[in-house]
Amino acid sequence: MTDSTLDRVARATPPRVARRIRGLSDRAIAWIFVAPTIILLLAVNIFPLIWTIYLSFTNYRANRPNAEVEWVGLRNYQRILSDPEIWQTMQATAHFLFWTLFFQVLIGFALAWLINQKFRGNNLWTTIIVLPMMLSPAVVGNFWTFLYQPQIGIFNNIISFFSGADPTSFSMIGDVRLAPWSIVIVDTWMWTPFVMLICLAGLRSIPDSIYEAAECDRASKWRQFWTITVPMVLPFLMLAVLFRGIENFKMFDLVVQLTGGGPGSTTELTSINLKREAFEKWRTGYASAYAVILFVTVFGLASIYVKALNRVKNR
Amino acid sequence: MSGFVSGLLRLRRGPWEMVASILIGLGIVMLMQPFVLWAFTWSFIVTLTGTVMFLIVSHFPE
Repeated sequence: MTDSTLDRVARATPPRVARRIRGLSDRAIAWIFVAPTIILLLAVNIFPLIWTIYLSFTNYRANRPNAEVEWVGLRNYQRILSDPEIWQTMQATAHFLFWTLFFQVLIGFALAWLINQKFRGNNLWTTIIVLPMMLSPAVVGNFWTFLYQPQIGIFNNIISFFSGADPTSFSMIGDVRLAPWSIVIVDTWMWTPFVMLICLAGLRSIPDSIYEAAECDRASKWRQFWTITVPMVLPFLMLAVLFRGIENFKMFDLVVQLTGGGPGSTTELTSINLKREAFEKWRTGYASAYAVILFVTVFGLASIYVKALNRVKNR
Repeated sequence: MSGFVSGLLRLRRGPWEMVASILIGLGIVMLMQPFVLWAFTWSFIVTLTGTVMFLIVSHFPE
């Protein structure tokens, strides 16, 4: 007679342990399995969050651990929310967030629609388009600084080829008017494939029978697109917008590598500004209040999106 | 409109979630708008109120 794995495990379990497990209820065993994850989550997520909220009400500085910590109440929040420089970084973030989402959704959906048409080399093109997403943001930031070089950069030369302007006459990352657009272009280049993949999943989930029924009813391609394709891809698109929106609100590495927040502070997004407050100026309490403000904003945004997503899904 | 108001009075989830969502959206617009500093100053209170309200009212009956 052959032994099953279960039999072998049961035989290998020491009698004392086996007796103890037999005495436990299903609920207790479930808790034993879930407890490590809960403990890890509490230690890694919940405790730092509570600690950050506490620090946001103090003048604690991480570079002076022995200094006396003073309770300052809401003073950190008052200072942040009346600081024109932080207001400026919020506007830079809003510009980045709005335009990256706009271009990524537009181009991502268009690419997904094209890839979804049956043509030769379809899979090869999908792989090529997805490549930028697989690169490290630090690497992408680094090599785009070369592409943006006025003298030798390909980007400036392409613009010059189409517009006739001298390639050395403008600098994408050195000009205060162009620098915010330079980070939008790079992020769009890198993350449009992600939106495309999600949209492609949505497009491929639409059964052909719906289009066939529409054909029978003599619906035009335009009408099929607006009444079948768009509504059925919408939940996927909203999910992509949620993911990219939250990620871009926290954007750090790519922009630091590309512009370092400059020129001046035109591309200094909130996360870069927060890092400077926390680890260059070492105002830990102040930076904690700043982090709490950003957390509440992202949490609120995510709540609305999840609600909207559920509504679209239930339609 | 009267359905919305009666939903609010009878503590129903839908209308209250709508109010919370509007507060969150308004708070985020106030945080990121480039026009007036006072709106930026009050944005966090509005967002926080909306978010906490959303957490509470999402437990209301349908």
